[in-house]
Amino acid sequence: MSYAFISVITMALVTYIPRVLPLAVFNRKLKSRFLQSFLSYLPFAVLGAMTFPDILYSTSHLSSAIAGMITALVLAYFEKGLMTVAISGIIMVYLWELFI
Amino acid sequence: MDSIEKIYKKNSIIKTENPSPNHYFYKGFKLGIPIALGYFPVSFTFGLMAVNGGIPVWLSIFISFSNLTSAGQFAGASLIIHNASLFEIALTTFVINIRYMLMSLSLSQKIVPGMPLIKKCVMAFGITDETFSVASLEKDDITFSYMLGLIIGPFWGWVLGTATGAIACNLLPSQLQSSMGIALYAMFIALVIPTTKKSKAALIVVLSGISISSMFKWLPCINQISSGFRIIISTIIASTIGALLFPKGEEI
Repeated sequence: MSYAFISVITMALVTYIPRVLPLAVFNRKLKSRFLQSFLSYLPFAVLGAMTFPDILYSTSHLSSAIAGMITALVLAYFEKGLMTVAISGIIMVYLWELFI
Repeated sequence: MDSIEKIYKKNSIIKTENPSPNHYFYKGFKLGIPIALGYFPVSFTFGLMAVNGGIPVWLSIFISFSNLTSAGQFAGASLIIHNASLFEIALTTFVINIRYMLMSLSLSQKIVPGMPLIKKCVMAFGITDETFSVASLEKDDITFSYMLGLIIGPFWGWVLGTATGAIACNLLPSQLQSSMGIALYAMFIALVIPTTKKSKAALIVVLSGISISSMFKWLPCINQISSGFRIIISTIIASTIGALLFPKGEEI
């Protein structure tokens, strides 16, 4: 087996293990109100932390990334779908980079 | 406002009192379609990046098929391209993916009681930032059929997007390829903003996550930590702030 293939299998394992362990092992309902609240806020915390500031470095230029980000923010504010927001972001970055 | 919510809750209990597994499957499947469509440009970008870096087309597709994750496999693939050691690949991918432990723990609180282990093992594979966000916003307990329906569209969206990107690699102008880096983050924004408009608690948590993550990125000394740890630490602090300021049941 090649280096790349073994690496991919390793990646698959270390991705699956954190997904499955708590779900498979943990059977009881948590009593703690704090922990329940903590877990319910996780999606917002993780999406916020992953998006910014990383989004600023996701294209070739800072300015095009900001343009794409503002496009996505405005469209998301008007509750457009995931695909619309993603593709509009791409188009904005592309056009921006054409003209600078 | 209160009474409207009560009526809504009452209705949703009546509606879902004893529906078939099919009902749950379709409900999940419908919610999964926008995620699948959102994945397409992102996994397309992944396919482009991987093949551009010298990973064979079939292996790029297999990465998406077996990993089904965004940030982790982007990082893993770029390490493979740079011939990093197996240990480094495993550690980096693991650190980026530790957040799934928190999500998995969170879902363990929300699934219907008494679900068999094998079903848990199957649905665990499909936990992503997006499927988790959708599932955890669900009012009722989550069934296996619901989760399966929710996962199946995004899974194929992710795999097919990768395949298309991997094959289209030589056809697309490079400038368009570089623009696609924004797709993943635009999708994250689309997931978060609608809820933050309605919930002050969610807004505060998102802003905390952003501020802490930015601090760890830019402040001297603490900017030495890897991006995986940065995300985990920011997530834990931001969620703690939310839980302290807005305990569940009192969110606005």
